[in-house]
Amino acid sequence: MFFAAASYAGGYRVSTQGQRALAMGHSGVAVVNSAELAFFNPAGLVYLENKLNISAGVTGVISNVKWQNEMTGGYAETEKSIGTPFYLYASYAVTENLALGLSVYTPYGSSVEWPTDWAGSHLINNIDLQAIYIQPLVSFKLSEYFSVGGGPIYVTGAVNFNRNINRTLTDEQGVRSNVEVDASGVNAWGWSASAMFSPTENFRIGFNYRSEIILEAENGDATFNNVPNSPLAPVSSGTVAFDAELPMPAELTVGMSYQFCDKWLFAFDFNRTFWGVYESLDIDFAPENIPDSFNPRNYKNSSTYRFGLQYAALDKLDLRLGYYFDESPVQSGYFAPETPRNDSHGYTGGFSYQITPKIAVDASFVYLRFEEVNESYDHYQENGQEVSFGGTYKSNAFLPGLGVTVKL
Amino acid sequence: MKMKNTIKYMALVALGLVACEPEFENSIEENEIYTNGEADFSNYVALGNSLTAGFADNALYIQGQENSYPNILAGQFELVGGGEFTQPLMNDNLGGLLLSGTQIQGTRLILDVDASGNPAPTNIPGTPTTEITNTLSGSFNNMGVPGAKSYHLVAEGYGSAAGVAVGQANPYFVRFRSSENASVLGDAVAQNPTFFSLWIGNNDVLGFATSGGVGVNQAGNFDPSTYGSSDITDPNVFGQVFSSEVDALMSSASGGVVLNIPSVTDTPFFTTVPYNPLSPALLGDQITMLNATYAQLNQAFAFLGVPERSIQFSTSGASGIVVRDESLTDISAQLTQVLIGAGLDAQTATIYGMQYGQARQANESDLVLLTSSSVIGTVNTDRVQELVSLGVPQQIAGQLAINGITYPMEDQHVLTPSEQQMITEATTAFNATIKAVADANGLAHVDANALLNQVANGGISYDGGSVTAVFATGGAFSLDGVHLTPRGYAIVANEIIKSVNSTYNSTVPMVNVGDYNGGPAIGSGVE
Repeated sequence: MFFAAASYAGGYRVSTQGQRALAMGHSGVAVVNSAELAFFNPAGLVYLENKLNISAGVTGVISNVKWQNEMTGGYAETEKSIGTPFYLYASYAVTENLALGLSVYTPYGSSVEWPTDWAGSHLINNIDLQAIYIQPLVSFKLSEYFSVGGGPIYVTGAVNFNRNINRTLTDEQGVRSNVEVDASGVNAWGWSASAMFSPTENFRIGFNYRSEIILEAENGDATFNNVPNSPLAPVSSGTVAFDAELPMPAELTVGMSYQFCDKWLFAFDFNRTFWGVYESLDIDFAPENIPDSFNPRNYKNSSTYRFGLQYAALDKLDLRLGYYFDESPVQSGYFAPETPRNDSHGYTGGFSYQITPKIAVDASFVYLRFEEVNESYDHYQENGQEVSFGGTYKSNAFLPGLGVTVKL
Repeated sequence: MKMKNTIKYMALVALGLVACEPEFENSIEENEIYTNGEADFSNYVALGNSLTAGFADNALYIQGQENSYPNILAGQFELVGGGEFTQPLMNDNLGGLLLSGTQIQGTRLILDVDASGNPAPTNIPGTPTTEITNTLSGSFNNMGVPGAKSYHLVAEGYGSAAGVAVGQANPYFVRFRSSENASVLGDAVAQNPTFFSLWIGNNDVLGFATSGGVGVNQAGNFDPSTYGSSDITDPNVFGQVFSSEVDALMSSASGGVVLNIPSVTDTPFFTTVPYNPLSPALLGDQITMLNATYAQLNQAFAFLGVPERSIQFSTSGASGIVVRDESLTDISAQLTQVLIGAGLDAQTATIYGMQYGQARQANESDLVLLTSSSVIGTVNTDRVQELVSLGVPQQIAGQLAINGITYPMEDQHVLTPSEQQMITEATTAFNATIKAVADANGLAHVDANALLNQVANGGISYDGGSVTAVFATGGAFSLDGVHLTPRGYAIVANEIIKSVNSTYNSTVPMVNVGDYNGGPAIGSGVE
């Protein structure tokens, strides 16, 4: 698999869309610096000085989640997996007032693998969610101080998810009965629009909105495994079709940047992610005799506050620092182990080094810290009643990233 | 050059961080939460019978063994210094045994669907692959031996293969005994247990109960070598062997837990089949003829001063089956005479006299065995042959041999109040011994009797509902109606943990009962 982004931010949003911005707390809606603007604020592309700008990079997401339950003594931790979300941005200045661009990025994804048949296996054994965004862009300067940008987004996604059918069912050999849902090549369209206001050389204000995109999986494969061969079993082993949908929520960003003392730049971004759209993960199995699976999520809209600082240390070297606070969209009682995240603090750093006048290397590093949290998912249904699964969760993540910036 | 170094450095940092895991403030995995108190759980050995072995669905099989209460306990003890826990696992998930290639025990029961779509317990298809003469090597922490009575644990040679055929040895123990002459207790003590559990004595009454009371109450007979498998053990014999077992185990153990004997009347094996399953619909248009025939008999009963033995089938509600109660005075001869006096021919009167000399209609005090449900209302072919040989025409013989309707249900199908009384008295005596020995040795004591009584009367709630003693669906009892489901065993394990914690000041956590299967075993066994 070329990339499998580990879920580490709120929900399954993975904020690694540019090493320069990421090193500054992933702030950049009002920073004119490189082709990373294709993601953070396409309206700013028209301000780039060079004719052709390219930025590309990849981040290694190393995340760990541990769970324990003091009531029962149960404990588990997720398999160590390294997700590799990536980005590729390019912009071309057609005229002084018009730039065109193209971006490919992976803002949503999740890869969580609990030990098979662990205590929460009726909720999840493992999940692997991927979504690639491809977006042509236009950036247009309306006046010396104001520009707009945006473009349509084409998304192609895939999901693979496995959980046990319930807490206890096994086949005749004692192997737990499970279901795996798999859908790939799930495509959808969306858009983004942005604006940048630059009242002075040193001060900019940015605005960016990316629309909600619902990935609708139709005729995916749901495979029931290790179900006892009996008319009394709830389902039979075998593969059936299913429909399901998963929202990639809309995201609104406003922010500013301020350049001071010649070599310093401060940036602030505020993100509002409209997670409220994720009410329930419902799986509609095609055969009528198989009960559909309803999994309330009840996410809430969430905010992220991002702060970044850049210092031009040398002619060829820029140093960056940042911090962000990422609010979890998960509400109490809905803490499902597929996205076992609470509020997090991100500490970021990095640098760019200009190897040649045209090529720079960008590096970033993030340490994500989550508070230990006692939480539960209370909406799993068994015999018509809700059964809680919870405990103490503790997680962290490390995200080293490397990229390259080319200006021609 | 500089860039290369930087990349190298970045890679090193990344690698180092992979190892940097999140840590809980108080980690279960790092043993930072629970304590063992005054008990040493490092080498836990479990002694007992089928309940300890993990027997379920009328068989021992791997999945049941994995859910045995000792294995569940050992999993929790691991959190407080418990070591590896080994079990003499069967060879398959079918259950059943072979002795030199010949099948001597059937496969486990599953709930299947019969031709008319009704769920019914049936043996899972397949041939057992567990050959008892393939004795396993090594010692085993779970020394539960299905079928063992209290005095069997101290019997030398209880694992001798040659003794199985003549009823002197136990095929399950043959599989893992250390030598031909070994005893269960000896093999347990040889492991130097630091902690033990002992749940024994159930079969000392259950053998009698599940046979419908065909055995003998051996109260007063102090020589267990003369006991049959369906007899009730003398309470003094039980007391003596039980204390000697605890004494032997305490020679190395820091502590232990003992469990007492549940009431057999709390298990679905005795409570599922009603005493009055005969509805007017079931009896159909025979009912008038049956009542006319019994009317003659009832007059004779009244004449003989036993009107309470009258038999009549209700045309509007459920009626009790006809049973033979061994505790009743046998009035066969008198009955024959009275019937002749009433004008019946001698042959018929003699047959009636024999057949109904100890007969009565069942009432709510009788317990009909689960295994009898398939017998009630069927024609007893043995009885038909007997009657035919006595010169009764085939058709009439058939009419007189309907189990529970015209032919009284035999002793092995029903536990009568006097039989229940014997069981209750023995159980009470055993339980007094168990409590006294526990107290004398400072052991944890689990009132399994009260626990299963609660299951049978109201149930025990858990996060997914309530566990009751209802057959097949209640959640506590497996399809044999006597042994527990994994969920039932988990409830026992939790009760043990509670008792151990309070006795030894330990803080072993309890398991989540809802994580253990309480549903009836289903499946076909066909891959």
